[in-house]
Amino acid sequence: MTARTPAAAPGLFRRVRSSMSDPEGGWIGLVITPVMALILLGTMLWVWNTADIDQTTRNILEGSKLRGQFQEHLFMAAWSTVFVIGIAVPLGILLTRPRFKRFATPVLTFASSGQAIPAYGLLILFFTWIGTGPWTSIYAFTLYAILPVLRNTIVGLEQVDDAVIEAGRGMGMTKLEALRKIELPLSVPVILAGIRTALVINIGMAALAVFIGGGGLGETINSGLKLRRDVATFMGAGIVAMLALVVDWLAALAERYLRPRGV
Amino acid sequence: MSQAHASAETATAEALIHLDAVTKVYAGTEAPAVDRLTLDVPEGEILILVGPSGCGKSTTLRLINRMIEPTSGRIVFEGEDVTDVNPDQLRRRIGYVIQQIGLFPHRTIAENIGTVPQLLGWDKTRISGRVDELLEMVGMEPHLYRDRYPKELSGGQAQRVGVARALGADPDVLLMDEPFGAIDPITRDRLQNEFLRLQAELRKTIVFVTHDIDEAIKMGDRIAILGDSSAIAQLDTPERILAQPANEFVEDFLGGGATLKGLNLRRVREIEVAEGYPVIRPDTSREQALAALRSSDEDFLLLLDAEGSPTRWLDEDNITDPATALGASGLPVRVTVEPEDTLADALEFMLQSAHGTACVVDSHGRFDGMIRLETIMGEIASMQRAAREASAERKRKGAS
Ligand SMILES: Nc1ncnc2c1ncn2[C@@H]1O[C@H](COP(=O)(O)OP(=O)(O)OP(=O)(O)O)[C@@H](O)[C@H]1O
Ligand SMILES: [Mg+2]
Repeated sequence: MTARTPAAAPGLFRRVRSSMSDPEGGWIGLVITPVMALILLGTMLWVWNTADIDQTTRNILEGSKLRGQFQEHLFMAAWSTVFVIGIAVPLGILLTRPRFKRFATPVLTFASSGQAIPAYGLLILFFTWIGTGPWTSIYAFTLYAILPVLRNTIVGLEQVDDAVIEAGRGMGMTKLEALRKIELPLSVPVILAGIRTALVINIGMAALAVFIGGGGLGETINSGLKLRRDVATFMGAGIVAMLALVVDWLAALAERYLRPRGV
Repeated sequence: MSQAHASAETATAEALIHLDAVTKVYAGTEAPAVDRLTLDVPEGEILILVGPSGCGKSTTLRLINRMIEPTSGRIVFEGEDVTDVNPDQLRRRIGYVIQQIGLFPHRTIAENIGTVPQLLGWDKTRISGRVDELLEMVGMEPHLYRDRYPKELSGGQAQRVGVARALGADPDVLLMDEPFGAIDPITRDRLQNEFLRLQAELRKTIVFVTHDIDEAIKMGDRIAILGDSSAIAQLDTPERILAQPANEFVEDFLGGGATLKGLNLRRVREIEVAEGYPVIRPDTSREQALAALRSSDEDFLLLLDAEGSPTRWLDEDNITDPATALGASGLPVRVTVEPEDTLADALEFMLQSAHGTACVVDSHGRFDGMIRLETIMGEIASMQRAAREASAERKRKGAS
């Protein structure tokens, strides 16, 4: 039948498919974070220029010290995130396979309860068990940040349209091929969002490492508190916050870039 | 029931797919979704599975390509028992269009269509050539569509891509689960016609699921009407099912108006179109137009465009009204029928138009002639006569 009615024009029947909601809500999200970082930076500069800075404060905030702490901080956050990804993503994949599906809820419950322990308590627990040093903190943070990545991996894989998987399997993809070519690419945005959360958690948590001799920017904060140098405390906290904002922003960019086209 | 048996015997000779007492009981359910189904799919034919929702049509298809494992029974494919072969390898030989289309949203149209060739390890140039060929085949211009993503397609286009994807590696067998469901009737009709045209060339062995009896009659070489648990109520050609429903269930399923349904079997090209309908072209003057209309018995003139496609209906008032140009007065021609359309389609569009006629156009959209309501009424009358004679014949045979 050749139709001349406008109703048959392609486009009017365009399927409305709710695209996975952009966690950033468009470009605004990418702008807000730098603006916040700039405000924070401005405040820090203003404090530095107006407050009266004594020698103790200068000692605490000495450039080479800060650089070392900064590196330790990043080191801990990066490694714990790597471990989190290495554990949570495969575990999430396993827990969405038919055979292990029934363990998903218990494991998630367990992981949530792990997060209910105060972070500091968890750190002390690991300290008494493994001893002092950055790696102890890395293990503790890993455990602490597994939940968001695990949860998002499971949710991400489960929200993939069954019809799409059935189509792939129906055309002869093996289970592994369907996972690799369909399920994982389609859950990338959700998994990345979880990883981003874990990164930010880990950057914040790394400030606690100082209490078990793990180093990091927590040292500056701690010294500031102990020696009652509020400016130093503020600067230490400010740098941690800046770091979290910048990393969060970079991760948001990565999310955008790595999101598969077409979804 | 005798009907089903008789035709099953005639069909076995060159069955490409053979189901032997296949049963499926889903885990956690009591009643089987498919109960001891024995079915032959002859080579090069479209076998339609039609039946009420939930009767096990999709389950049957998924048993054939082993998306689900049968609880019992045997599946023979091209003479080989495939009940235990590697299902992934088997599926690469069988095209599958699922009920929900299921295009991969993160892959371009070209990548979607190239899925099976890619799994089979074809090289890039061969895949890309094949993709273009298939897009052409389903009537979509490759350069416009190959790099799009599924969300950038209309529903009808997505269905076409679903079919093209199933044809990817040129399988001999296609399983199609309501491939033209969930689209508007006009687009659906067009897709059905295109698909039939395609099938005339390709001669694939097709199992086609639908719950629409009209679609079944139109598309099927053979129709299996299924009841609960995929029990075959009747399996026969559309003509025979319409003429001789095997039992009450089939009659109910066919619904009223078997003759009207029979119109789904007849094509516009098979009947004579009225020639000599008064038409005018863009360069015709008002006087000539008026003369043409008056010298005919019609109330309307048909205005063709420069290519010869019908564009507007004009009556005498439209022609004589000096305020409007001929090209802008009267009523637009909304729908035309093509030779491949069924008489059921033609009738439906005639009833929608005020004229009791439908313009027939050729495949380029050029005006070919007119079908009138009376012509179709004549067809109906002769079909009813044929049905009466057939049933009289049956009675005579039964008596002797
Ligand atoms: N995975 C499953 N697990 C359990 N029961 C199922 C499953 N899939 C289908 N069924 C049941 O099996 C029966 C047949 O389902 P099937 O999908 O084959 O029906 P259908 O004829 O294709 O229906 P429709 O026309 O609605 O698509 C239904 O009663 C359905 O509820
Ligand atoms: Mg179904």
